Amino acid sequence: MIVAGCDVGSLTSKAVVMRDGRILGRAVIKSKAKPWESAESVMQMALAAAGLGMSDVRYSVGTGYGRDKIPFVHETVSEIGCHGKGARWLVPSVRTVIDIGGQDCKAMRLDKDGNIEKFIANDKCASGTGRFLEVMAKALGVDLGELGDLSARAKHPVTLANACTVWAQADVIRHLHDGVPVEDIVAGINNAMAVRTATLVRNIGTEPDVCMTGGVAKNGGVLASLERLLSLRLKRIKREDPQITGAIGAALFAAEHADGGHR
Amino acid sequence: MIVAGCDVGSLTAKAVLMNDGTIIGSGITRTGPVPEASANAAMQLALDQAGVTIDAIAHCVGTGYGRRRITFGDTVESEIACHARGAVWQVASVRTVIDIGGQDAKAIRLDERGNVVQYQYNDKCAAGTGRFLEVIADALGIELDALGPLSEQATEHLTLSNQCVVFAETEILSLVNEGKETADIVRAMHQAVARRAVAMARSIGVAGDVAMTGGVAKNSGMFEALREALGMPLVQVPHPQLNGAIGAALVAADAAGRSAGESVAAHA
Repeated sequence: MIVAGCDVGSLTSKAVVMRDGRILGRAVIKSKAKPWESAESVMQMALAAAGLGMSDVRYSVGTGYGRDKIPFVHETVSEIGCHGKGARWLVPSVRTVIDIGGQDCKAMRLDKDGNIEKFIANDKCASGTGRFLEVMAKALGVDLGELGDLSARAKHPVTLANACTVWAQADVIRHLHDGVPVEDIVAGINNAMAVRTATLVRNIGTEPDVCMTGGVAKNGGVLASLERLLSLRLKRIKREDPQITGAIGAALFAAEHADGGHR
Repeated sequence: MIVAGCDVGSLTAKAVLMNDGTIIGSGITRTGPVPEASANAAMQLALDQAGVTIDAIAHCVGTGYGRRRITFGDTVESEIACHARGAVWQVASVRTVIDIGGQDAKAIRLDERGNVVQYQYNDKCAAGTGRFLEVIADALGIELDALGPLSEQATEHLTLSNQCVVFAETEILSLVNEGKETADIVRAMHQAVARRAVAMARSIGVAGDVAMTGGVAKNSGMFEALREALGMPLVQVPHPQLNGAIGAALVAADAAGRSAGESVAAHA
């Protein structure tokens, strides 16, 4: 049985096509202005990668910020639910999931059966979300994907004076004007991001294993800094791109819910 | 006896010269990269207006974010204390001051002599500060000075759902894309800043007459939005932007009075 999951986020949209617990196709695109256009394109790409068409999909689930505007899905499931589900599939021992999205940040604790015990989210303040890194990358004129590698080369990381994205951006520009090497500024940015994330995570506490999902999980600088701050090892997601975790969870829900499974 | 107050903020530097309780000169300049130079420039404007030289100043008090960088100041005083003193001097009935600065916001409750009773301060988050207005004005491609007159032309009621400046900027750009009128967007932005300022003021309790100070108070749209959010009349002080510098000059007058008293005592 072929199922699909589609995660329409504020920054990127992700789709996964699965059969019997195996991923056949996956795709990640930058989100377009209209959520339904993002959903259509990313799903077409994932299907094409699998060598399939929309008519082959028996059941599909939508998630993410734009989930209510996806025309083709059979149902929608919350991002928290999908990230928890996807993370457990990727790392079966996971009990704490930290997901940094394009404009939010979530932390959730799972019980030993994978049910969500508690969660906390921030979508009120840009600091600590993917948007923080996006604004800083733009101010520095570097690619978002380069932030992790750049900070690995830092010799004297700067300390950003403020948590607010607006003030931190002013700080970054000042450091740039003062001639501080870009790597050192980037390390400061990644550290600031980790500080905010750690603050959120501490509110619900951590239970091992802990893993990070979402696009920011590909930024080694944030991961390393977060490990230092929380004094723990983060389980790396290696099986798949951590960015598609939510879409994987959605596809897993689709497999469970097809044929009138529990809703 | 001539005394001076100099308030070096993040966006502007302000200077006031007073002689026996009367303002004899004032100056406002935009803050450049060197706070010392900004303070000097503002003070020179005030001196020129009063027709006196810096030697005539018996005591000068510095305040504001850059107060420790003022080269000609004798002592420094906190912005909170200066705003409280300044406001009650400008309008005697004022007991609550809401000051929206370029990079911060303050709410102060004060007594009839201008002593601070309680205050609340935000410089951690750009929402609720003048920077919100700056960022959005920039995104909309309009001058800061144009915000007030523009929001007076608003007709449609819009509400921003985001408080964060970064998220609000995105929300505003999507409103622009939806074809919403700039005037309506600008009014909604003033209301968003006002909601934050009022929440802060309520956390310390709003009592007596309320005044709005700081350069942002010259923005009629912001003044109106704050009045509306408070749900009560808002006192208009004659010199909102100079309020901190006036307070500093009043503190300077106290200090000069004391040292004059001391030297008389020493001679006796």
